[in-house]
Order: sequence, then structure tokens, then C-alpha cells
Amino acid sequence: MTSLPVPALSEAGAALCIFLILLVPLAGAGLSLINTGLGRSRSAAHSMLASLCVVAVAALVYFACGFSWQGYLGRPAHVVTLAGKGWSWIAAEPFFFRGLKLDGSPDALAAWLQMLSVGLAALIPLGSGADRWRLPACCASTALLAGCTYPLFAHWVWGGGWLAQLGALNGLGRGFLDAGGSGSIQAVGGLTALSIAWILGPRRGKYSREGIPTAIPGHNAVLVLLGCVVALVGWLGLNSAGAILFAGLAPTGLVLVGVNTVISAAVAALAAVMITRMRFGKPDASLVANGWVGGLVASSAACASVTPAAALVIGLVAGILVTVSIELFEVRLAVDDPGGAVSVHAVGGIWGVLALGFFAHFPKPVSGQWLAQLVGVATLLGFVLPLTYGLNWLLERFVPQRAPLEGERLGMDVYELGATAYPEFVTHTEEFIQR
Amino acid sequence: MKLAGFLLLLAGWTIVLSAVTLLASAGQRGGFVLAGIGVEAVGLVLAVRSHLVLPEEQE
Repeated sequence: MTSLPVPALSEAGAALCIFLILLVPLAGAGLSLINTGLGRSRSAAHSMLASLCVVAVAALVYFACGFSWQGYLGRPAHVVTLAGKGWSWIAAEPFFFRGLKLDGSPDALAAWLQMLSVGLAALIPLGSGADRWRLPACCASTALLAGCTYPLFAHWVWGGGWLAQLGALNGLGRGFLDAGGSGSIQAVGGLTALSIAWILGPRRGKYSREGIPTAIPGHNAVLVLLGCVVALVGWLGLNSAGAILFAGLAPTGLVLVGVNTVISAAVAALAAVMITRMRFGKPDASLVANGWVGGLVASSAACASVTPAAALVIGLVAGILVTVSIELFEVRLAVDDPGGAVSVHAVGGIWGVLALGFFAHFPKPVSGQWLAQLVGVATLLGFVLPLTYGLNWLLERFVPQRAPLEGERLGMDVYELGATAYPEFVTHTEEFIQR
Repeated sequence: MKLAGFLLLLAGWTIVLSAVTLLASAGQRGGFVLAGIGVEAVGLVLAVRSHLVLPEEQE
């Protein structure tokens, strides 16, 4: 097996990395605020509590077994030999972080970062399952994501697995690259969100008998837009820490990462403003917020390896893609995704992964990088989507995932928590009468 | 149709995986990877179509 180089980290570099990892939970906080604001007021407390529970379950399951499947560069892994070459397919770490020295070494920092990143990935499906996904099912589905789907793909990308080896073993550029997790975190979460939306089905009253969608606007645009700002800070930490630990970037290169992340988000948001203004006559706050996060998502993969001009193009395309695909999923494909999670994270993430293949520039030119990125996208669609759908389909057999009609009528706050988020403002309307 | 869609997704990925691990020439490898992605696209269309249900069908 060809082992990939482990990034060297000085004491100052490790301290900087620790600071950056401390920012990462803000990305999750931002996503939680966005998901809650885009849902109904009667499910607001449920949405925030589900976010907290999901992050907790993800962290514990990842600690228990996730890292043992994912591993890190240079650490033990199972290898299968094909055509005379050794391909690493799963890590061989002990459970519960045993064997991992929790100091400032790159592998310890990577384990900590991943413990938080898996929570971020698990928050994404909450956006597509809003207003109807039961709390026990959210937690069980998260356990499957954090214990199986996420670590497996993350090992292939960040743990020295076969996707990362494509460069060393097959001459495909530098192998599959994804510094900040457009594919490993965002697209994996986004494809899980699609599976959840399919399995749950649309909210009652979302589609008329003729299949025409009804607009169910989010209940708090302020929460949504505040979430965007909070998410930016978290993303700066996530992209920067990922660039150091998974792309071997020196700390001086972080300025480029920061500039690219901000440019991508900014231009994506403005693209969404322009599109919604042209389309509806006025900018749409929720779609602009989705565009902003779509820009952040798309920036992650290539943040350390493209110029700011390329980041601008990546953000522009992400903003257009996200805005257009939200309408496509809602109107044409009958996917009820209140938070826009599938468009923002799956579509935006896949675009980010592909964009690296088109725009990346390295000190020593390499060929075939686009093909390595394409293989990664094929793996996301051809392996991760069936796996995550299959696991959640099986889960549905044991833990019913969708709240009954009564739950949707009362709202998830009252149905599952017994109290509402805004007890002094009870203004429920009968939105789910069939039209 | 749903099962066929997901099986085609897996089949497409297997083609991509086989191309990457077994083929030596860059041209052949690229061609088979694109072919695998084409199969995945057909699978994705089937999976999407199988989930196009109207609300009354769910009830």
C-alpha cells in the first residue's frame, strides 16, 4: 500500500489549528438557526432541540466507532489488493479513540475536528425533514450516519483511502481532494437529506391533489439571516482547519482560504438576489440565505487550491445552481425540503467537488485531477446515496420516522415536547386542509 | 422502479470502480468512468421518478 504523507505541524501551527476547530461549532449553530427559521413556528423548539440532540448523538457515536472506521493518514487500515495495487478501504482503529494520543498531533486534531464535522453533516437532514420528522428517528438516523456512512466515505477521502490514493496509485492528479468537506461533509449530509425527504414524503397540504406545490414560508427570516452570518464564522474555521489537516497547507496559506470562502459566499448570495429579483420582482430572503450557504458549501473543497478569481466563479455558479435547483426539487420533483438542504448541500457540495477539478492550480502541474474529482462524485451518487437511503429505509421498518397527522396538525413542539417555542404568539392556521 | 434505480446507481459506481482499478490507459479509464456516470444518471432518474407521488397516494 502507498501511504500518503502526513502533514507536519509545528507547535504554533497546532495552536492555530485548535483555535480554528473551536470556531467550527458556529457552522452548526448557523445551520440550526437557518433550519429553525425556515420551518413553521409550531415546530421551532423541536427543531432547535433536535439540532442539539443530533450533534450529541453524532459526537458520541463517532467517538464510539466512527473514528475507528475513518482513521487518518499513516494510521492502520484494511487494504485490498487489486491488479497488484493495495487499496485502503476502511480504517482499523480500536473503538473509543483507544490508541489515539489526544495531544496536538495532526491525527488527534483531525479526530476532534471530525467529531464536530460529523455533527454538522447530521444537522443537514433536519432541514429536509422539518415539521414532520420524529425526534427518536432523527437520533437513530444520525447514529447510522455518524457510525457508518460518514466515516466510510471520510476514510476514502481524508483517511488515506482509495479515493485519496488515486493520484499516487493511478496518476489521477493528486487523488481526490476535498480540503473543507464539500463532498465528505456537505454532499454526504445533503444526500442523506434527500433520502429523508423521500422516505418521509411531503408535509400535509404541501401539494394539492393536482400536485401543485403550496408555499409554506419560513416563520422567522431574522433567524435565517442571522444563521447565515454565524455560519460564515464557522465555515472560516472549518475550511481553514481542513486545509491544514487534510490538504497539508502551511498556516501562511490560510489568508487565501479565508478570502476564497468569503468571496464565494458573497457572490453566491448576490447571484441569488439577482435571480430572485428577476424571477419574482423582489429579492427573496430565504432563497438568498440558501444561496449564501450554497456559496460556503461550494467553497470548501477548493478553498486552498484556487485563486480568488476562480472562487468568484465557483460562488457565482453555486448561487445560480442552488436557487434554480430549489425550485426544480419543489415544483418538478415533488421533494418537500423546507430548509433547501438537498439543493444547498448536495447540489452545492457536488459542484464544489467538481469545481476543484476545473480550477485547481498547483505549484507542480498535474494531469487527471478532474477525473479524480469525477470518480469522487460517482462514489457519492452511486454508493453513498444508495447506502444512506437503504439504511434509513431499514430504520423506518423499526422506528417510524414520520409524525402522524395529529403531530403535524398540532405542531412538533406540542406533539413531542408538550410546549411551544413562542407560547405568547399562538397564531395557528389550518394550512393542511386539502385544496 | 425504485429498486431498479438504486441498483443502477450501484452498477454505475461498480463500472467506475472497475475502470479506475483495472484499466491502465488514461483514455479507456476516462471513457469507462463517463460510461459509469451515465449509468448512474439513468439510475438517478428512475429513483426520482419512483418517488413522484401525489399526497392522496400517500394517505
